[in-house]
Amino acid sequence: MSRKILLEHIDVPGINTFDTYRKMGGYRSVEKALKTMSPEDVVEEVKKSGMRGRGGAGFPTGMKWSFLAKPVGVPRYLVCNADESEPGTFKDRYLMEKIPHGLIEGMITSSYALGANTSYIYIRGEYFYILRILEKAIAEAYANGFLGKNILGSGYDLDLYVHPGAGAYICGEETALLESLEGKRGNPRVKPPFPAIAGLYACPTVVNNVETIAAIAPIVNMGGDEYAKIGIGRSTGTKLISASGHINNPGIYEIELGLPVEEFIYSDKYCGGIKNNKKLKAVVAGGSSVPILPANLILKTANNEERLMSYESLSDGGFVSGTMLGSGGFVVYDEDSCIVRNTWNFARFYHHESCGQCSPCREGTGWMEKVLHRIEYGHGKLSDIDLLVEVSKKIEGNTICPLGDAAAWPVASAIRHFREEFEWHIKEATLSQSRNFGLLAAHEALVK
Amino acid sequence: MADKIKVTIDGQSVEVEPGTTILNAARQIGGDIVPPAMCYYSKLKGSGGKCRTCLVKVAQGSEKDPRPMPKLVASCQTQVMDGMVVENTTSPEVLEARKGVVEMLLINHPLDCPVCDQAGECDLQNLSFEHGASNSRYEFERRTFDKVDIGDKVQLHMNRCILCYRCVYTADQITDGRVHGILNRGDQSEISTYISAAIDNDFSGNVIDVCPVGALTDKTFRFKNRVWFTKPVDAHRDCEHEKCSGKVVLWYKGDDVLRVTARKDQYGEVESFICNTCRFDKKATSDWTIEGPRKIEDTSVISSNHYEMAHPLPIIEKNEVLIEANKKMFHKQIK
Repeated sequence: MSRKILLEHIDVPGINTFDTYRKMGGYRSVEKALKTMSPEDVVEEVKKSGMRGRGGAGFPTGMKWSFLAKPVGVPRYLVCNADESEPGTFKDRYLMEKIPHGLIEGMITSSYALGANTSYIYIRGEYFYILRILEKAIAEAYANGFLGKNILGSGYDLDLYVHPGAGAYICGEETALLESLEGKRGNPRVKPPFPAIAGLYACPTVVNNVETIAAIAPIVNMGGDEYAKIGIGRSTGTKLISASGHINNPGIYEIELGLPVEEFIYSDKYCGGIKNNKKLKAVVAGGSSVPILPANLILKTANNEERLMSYESLSDGGFVSGTMLGSGGFVVYDEDSCIVRNTWNFARFYHHESCGQCSPCREGTGWMEKVLHRIEYGHGKLSDIDLLVEVSKKIEGNTICPLGDAAAWPVASAIRHFREEFEWHIKEATLSQSRNFGLLAAHEALVK
Repeated sequence: MADKIKVTIDGQSVEVEPGTTILNAARQIGGDIVPPAMCYYSKLKGSGGKCRTCLVKVAQGSEKDPRPMPKLVASCQTQVMDGMVVENTTSPEVLEARKGVVEMLLINHPLDCPVCDQAGECDLQNLSFEHGASNSRYEFERRTFDKVDIGDKVQLHMNRCILCYRCVYTADQITDGRVHGILNRGDQSEISTYISAAIDNDFSGNVIDVCPVGALTDKTFRFKNRVWFTKPVDAHRDCEHEKCSGKVVLWYKGDDVLRVTARKDQYGEVESFICNTCRFDKKATSDWTIEGPRKIEDTSVISSNHYEMAHPLPIIEKNEVLIEANKKMFHKQIK
């Protein structure tokens, strides 16, 4: 259960340089694909692998690729979404910083599979130092004949560019990303048409996450069937998890999908348990936009089955008692953390990052933030809780892009699972300013 | 020419060209089933999809694939498929969502209708009259901006803006160059000119007509009168501007022309754009050839004051006795 694929050579000194990366078996997938496989074969292998997109939505990558329209005489593009801005997620940064050639190799192989002759890596503005790392790596790849005209004598041309954004969360949404890449204001587009039909410069485009593209190289190397054996059920392969919060060993972990959540939190190989021997209170399993789950529901599902780190198991129970794997931003909260404050913090983030294009999200995110701020600072009313639920319902599903959902889910789920704590905050306004609700029941707090 | 396809909206079927949006199909049927639209403007390419008031439920995707669509869709953007079944006013879910959207649109709106020039012909006013709640649950300070003059004839009240982007598309597509756009993001977004540039263009006045609310108003008409006290009259002139149709509505108060606007259809969209000379400078009756009174919808507050266009019920029209009893009403209609 601890097989490493993406981070296999992470500890090799100098793995960020072309020579060392090549020595460790890098760029094999490019040779294999360009010399022995047709683009369709590569797509077929990715389909067989059953890998699901690592950016958050979890859509099967092979399927996404096969939807790409292929009109004659129109260029196609591959865009790598390196605008990693989900709070709690930092896996792509690590991957690009440590093994930049892993991403570039994946980009070449994927572009070949999709028939793209120009590909872009859209990187968030805050990662400017990584832009330099990537540009250096791209220059090395050009120098060694893996990019440019007639790669490895196969007749396939590819140019790869890195484009920095200006640090907007919304530009991680694929159509906003494309708008931004085109030089416009980063507003999500109304779909349909989907990018697979009309994306960048109105040409068919595939947008994939960094981790997804980096995983293409090992899939081509080992074959789709072999890759599909890793993991559990329809959650195949390995996933990078960014673990943070009140744990002993925060960091990036590559796990085989299907690892029990309990083992992930408490094993010394991974998070190493809760800091200062405290108790687990809640977990946000896949970045800030997925529903928060209390300790009992994150370790066991509502049917009392063991909860596993996989797409299916985490979403077991729907939004009532489940969550999502999302982008793998695993945030752990101990018994002393304040859920109201945390929810307010998330709401503040989405309020700040809403693009302001469609009304429910533009107005609703600000409204929720203000109400949560009021509750957190002791001016709340009991009716505020239901108001929050209603506002979140009005936003959810009624917006152009998923940011509206992402803003609504954390609020709705926090109230669903921690309603007592919200009520305590309102009833005991003074007390809630001086200490946290903790794991105590509401009445205990009142006795004090 | 491809075959026409059939779509059913609230139980009424219509055959439309492929590629028609649900909203336009509904407009072909007409009546109450037309979803309201605050940002979509059929004459502006790329508009729509933003305000979310036109959300509808697709109960059946098409003849071939009868599955319903999982979420409510923006009817101004979604194209119809053959055999599609759409629910608008018949779906409680849609009405609930629309109520939510109206509430969101109003939480930061100043609700200063009593001093707003747009009152009486405001899309947001009509929308909230129909779908809004009687009081707001929003208890915080509303966001405010300063009033700005953009150009010498147009004033921008950003407080009232609902960010429909129509004026941005108008400047892009109707005028020669756009100097204003959206600054900032989220609920701090605002319409603004780039470093206080003035909008100076022959067609800039059209942004007033496309604005669904009172955010962009005509400075030559400011506080002159309430729109429902003025009488609209169709008129035209030979405008020398090549793009201007010269077909306008003159709004009279007594013998004075208080303002000139383009002609708007029943969905509040202008029929043809007019130039600034026609709009701002020709305010004498002698400049125009009068065509006759402008017909305004009966339900509009503008028509309430002076057009005696009462429509008797069909039963009255057929019954001799009732015709006699309602003589006065018929007299008004003829007038």
